[in-house]
Amino acid sequence: MSAEDMRRALTRIAHEIIEHNRGVRNLVLVGMRTRGIPLAKRLAERLDEFEGTQVPVGELDITLYRDDIGIRAMQPLVGSTAIPVDVSGKVIVLVDDVLFTGRSVRAALDALIDYGRPRSIQLAVLVDRGHRELPIRPDYVGKNVPTSIEENVAVLLRETDGADAVEIRA
Amino acid sequence: MSVAERELQQAPSPAPATRKHCLDLDDYSAAEIREVLDTADAMQEILRRPIKKAPGLRGKMVVNCFYEASTRTRVSFEVAAKNLSADVVNFSAGGSSVEKGESLIDTAKTLVALGANVIVIRHSMAGAPHVVARNAGASVINAGDGRHAHPTQALLDLYTMRSRIGRLDGLKVAIVGDVLHSRVARSNVHGLTRMGAEVILCGPATLLPVHLQVSGMRFEHDLDAIVEDVDVVMPLRIQKERADGGLIPSLREYRERWGVTAQRQARMRRDALIMHPGPMNPGVEIDPEVATSPQSVIESQVSNGVAIRMSLLYLLAGVPL
Repeated sequence: MSAEDMRRALTRIAHEIIEHNRGVRNLVLVGMRTRGIPLAKRLAERLDEFEGTQVPVGELDITLYRDDIGIRAMQPLVGSTAIPVDVSGKVIVLVDDVLFTGRSVRAALDALIDYGRPRSIQLAVLVDRGHRELPIRPDYVGKNVPTSIEENVAVLLRETDGADAVEIRA
Repeated sequence: MSVAERELQQAPSPAPATRKHCLDLDDYSAAEIREVLDTADAMQEILRRPIKKAPGLRGKMVVNCFYEASTRTRVSFEVAAKNLSADVVNFSAGGSSVEKGESLIDTAKTLVALGANVIVIRHSMAGAPHVVARNAGASVINAGDGRHAHPTQALLDLYTMRSRIGRLDGLKVAIVGDVLHSRVARSNVHGLTRMGAEVILCGPATLLPVHLQVSGMRFEHDLDAIVEDVDVVMPLRIQKERADGGLIPSLREYRERWGVTAQRQARMRRDALIMHPGPMNPGVEIDPEVATSPQSVIESQVSNGVAIRMSLLYLLAGVPL
């Protein structure tokens, strides 16, 4: 996936979010650390451009909600979470770079609900690579990328990696 | 490679795999201290939520083992563990098998057999937490041992300074009073100098640990000579018995020379902080109006203590032994 492909995919997702929710009223974008955050910000820029409304963007760290704490040999670092508005009654669009087993999304749902009772939660991902281990499906997908479980999908972003690209690595 | 292994490789830079215990700060690197402080920042966010609870330590058992009296440290550890959904058991020596003569090691082994993952221990004997760490199969956190160390208090002091001033490197910190008998001072010396701060230990010659030699630390007898120059003043509690033992002439004279009085506060820099590890003797080492003044961060020290202890519990307890 090239930088151009990524730009188009995000533009399409932004239009889909607007269409599906009939506007952007009551909407909050929440990016999952690390690369979900710049993606959520880019979607917010487009929503502002298309609808003329600034949608709040939150940042979510799911480390404390993972289901493998204590199983792993090393403890992952806890990042910061910042949700600028009360999520109760809001329509949350959760944003992440890659959807794989679904375990991170499960953790994110638990984390979000600790902040209140959203009206609904939708899921936007740049890449869906399959191999789900939980009954979770995305509402907005940039690109479906069939992969083998042995492969790695690397999403590179300007903000975190200097350039936009999606690569499959063996 | 399994999915779990792959995710492990992709995880953000991990805590050092070797650290199982927090016994003192003398074996902590600057990077490790920074990691504890950064994780405490993330924990602080949980404390700002309406429901202060995250599942990070679900299914873990934390045992608070206090062989010595404590209010803030014990409650702080209990609140920290509960905020992370751990099961908390409080154990005090009085009313336990310790009164029947059970040894420290046997007690610790019993607690581990009952499911303890983390043992938080306060003991009047220096080195007691080290003995437990060597013999029991659990992570051990030193909550104060004799005159030796109190690492979680020092970490929360470092965290409070960093949050308020924005850095630790280059800070000048005066620790004033009974440094000789203070485990808080000793752990602060190690932690602060490791992070690049300068520590000035100030007090009567009878109460300074002249044997203590750490790079970045110096002694000073005259508080008035340094009070205008420092970023932080931290008076320590003067135990009233010290006057009876001849170590200080009298409480009144102590206050004259080393008390953080309103007059001395007026000479401090406007942005300098006043800290106190508690419990206080108002009117002796610190004037009551100084302790409650806007420059005093004594209350935030207490609330920061919960975040620091959540951070330590998470970093130590999540790792299998």
